[in-house]
Amino acid sequence: MPFVTWFKRHLVVIAGLLTLGYLLLPNIVVTVFSFNNPKGRFNYAWQQFSLDAWKDPCGVADLCGSLSVSLQIAFWATLGATVLGTMIAFALVRYRFRARGAVNSLIFLPMAMPEVVMAASLLTLFLNMGAQLGFWTVLIAHIMFCLSFVVTAVKARVMSMDPHLEQAAQDLYAGPVQTFLRITLPIAAPGIAAGALLSFALSFDDFIITNFNAGSTVTFPMFVWGSAQRGTPVQINVIGTAMFLIAVLFVLASMVIGNRRTKQKA
Amino acid sequence: MAAVTEAPPLAPTPEKKPPRKRGRWTPYWLLLPGILWLLVFFALPMVYQASTSVQTGSLEEGYKVTWHFATYWDALSEYWPQFLRSVLYAGAATILCLALGYPLAYLIAFRAGRWRNLIMILVIAPFFTSFLIRTLAWKTILADSGPVVSTLNSLHVLDVTSWLGMTSGDRVLATPLAVICGLTYNFLPFMILPLYSSLERIDGRLHEAAGDLYAKPITTFRKVTFPLSMPGVVSGTLLTFIPAAGDYVNAELLGSTDTRMIGNVIQTQFLRILDYPTAAALSFILMAGILFMVTFYIRRSGTEDLV
Repeated sequence: MPFVTWFKRHLVVIAGLLTLGYLLLPNIVVTVFSFNNPKGRFNYAWQQFSLDAWKDPCGVADLCGSLSVSLQIAFWATLGATVLGTMIAFALVRYRFRARGAVNSLIFLPMAMPEVVMAASLLTLFLNMGAQLGFWTVLIAHIMFCLSFVVTAVKARVMSMDPHLEQAAQDLYAGPVQTFLRITLPIAAPGIAAGALLSFALSFDDFIITNFNAGSTVTFPMFVWGSAQRGTPVQINVIGTAMFLIAVLFVLASMVIGNRRTKQKA
Repeated sequence: MAAVTEAPPLAPTPEKKPPRKRGRWTPYWLLLPGILWLLVFFALPMVYQASTSVQTGSLEEGYKVTWHFATYWDALSEYWPQFLRSVLYAGAATILCLALGYPLAYLIAFRAGRWRNLIMILVIAPFFTSFLIRTLAWKTILADSGPVVSTLNSLHVLDVTSWLGMTSGDRVLATPLAVICGLTYNFLPFMILPLYSSLERIDGRLHEAAGDLYAKPITTFRKVTFPLSMPGVVSGTLLTFIPAAGDYVNAELLGSTDTRMIGNVIQTQFLRILDYPTAAALSFILMAGILFMVTFYIRRSGTEDLV
């Protein structure tokens, strides 16, 4: 009986860890198969250990080109969406004005819309305007769908901010600009950073909206999509593994820095 | 996404803010660029799409608005199986996400202790590996001769799923089961994060109180934990169902022509067949259908303040 009792007591933990395994399984497979030396065009069956792909991640035509296109788009989309989104968030939290409800729903709708609908409607707009599809249309689309996520992230942070801090600064004769730069912005920074990080990830990973509006521009997800039909080079797994590791290290580093700060304060 | 990014309030939020005397126009200037962007590149395209869906003509001769509503009828009568499939697959994936995601969210919120941050990272980090690469990895995992399929086969699970029409023969790839598995996998974090943020707000003392009042753990869950996590359940199911219903990547990579969803049809109509009116009508029907279902769902679950 002890096993049954133990099992019952830890049922939630076991189920939770199984789900975590389900979430991580593809990442493990991607990592393992980045050391594969496949026969033929498709990297779906294990053949032989090899470091070739890690030694030469750009060895496949157009792969690193598409990666750099994606990074550029993600960078500018993040910058654009973060600036515009932060401004909207501040206006929504700090001011009462007419049309607040309308603005709120305009922010909410893009997040509640299936991507394929947004992608298709944006394409009809660009076709009607006779716009040349490519880098710029993709960038415009990415800023559009990242914007709402930035607004929500920044709004949550600014809403939980104590307005007395700013009043105190003004009592101490800080001007509006000084108050904003020295008090408001540093407090809102984690929200802005979260929004920016989310934008970067969303933009870098977006396939559906990009696929509709990219014309002949090839982003990294589009390269992967194309290679799924033609045959997937091992280098794709290398990039995928590297991205996962960079993300984990990045988050770990930011947590270590955060911990140190709180310890210093205490 | 509201619940995902919402951080727990640091200080009690004051209800009313002193209206500023200076800068009556400031909020409008702050809003202007971003709202303009959304109006031009989100709202206006919807109008264009609406007008495209009632046009007739051809690529060569150009299109004209002729208020040809029959396109909607034709699209619906020709592609209703794909619509139905999208709802069924997305619904199944949502239920699976809830069943799989709840224990993990609960684990992070109440049981993880000092492992909490690590598990959180492991939930979020896969986001940063391209989801297409991870979806392709499922091709390896579910390969015909792979360990997963042979295990399921020897346990006679595939006999049952084949009988249910979820798989065919000894295969999992290119069947509905593979597509649902991929959808569940891809949208699982969108379920876990809102669930976690609403579970995390529950006061642990409520559990103790329930225990003190002789409630069994299962009763505590049914009467205390689950009702209090409803906002997370509602926003999680919406964040899973809506994108899953419009997705065409999983159906394309893991499915076959028999598992095509409405997203696949819209994509083909728009990018390959170039039949813009039909494609626009299809995506309008999808949007209207989802808005209708979401409104109904939010009404029924009684959390209208959520959105």
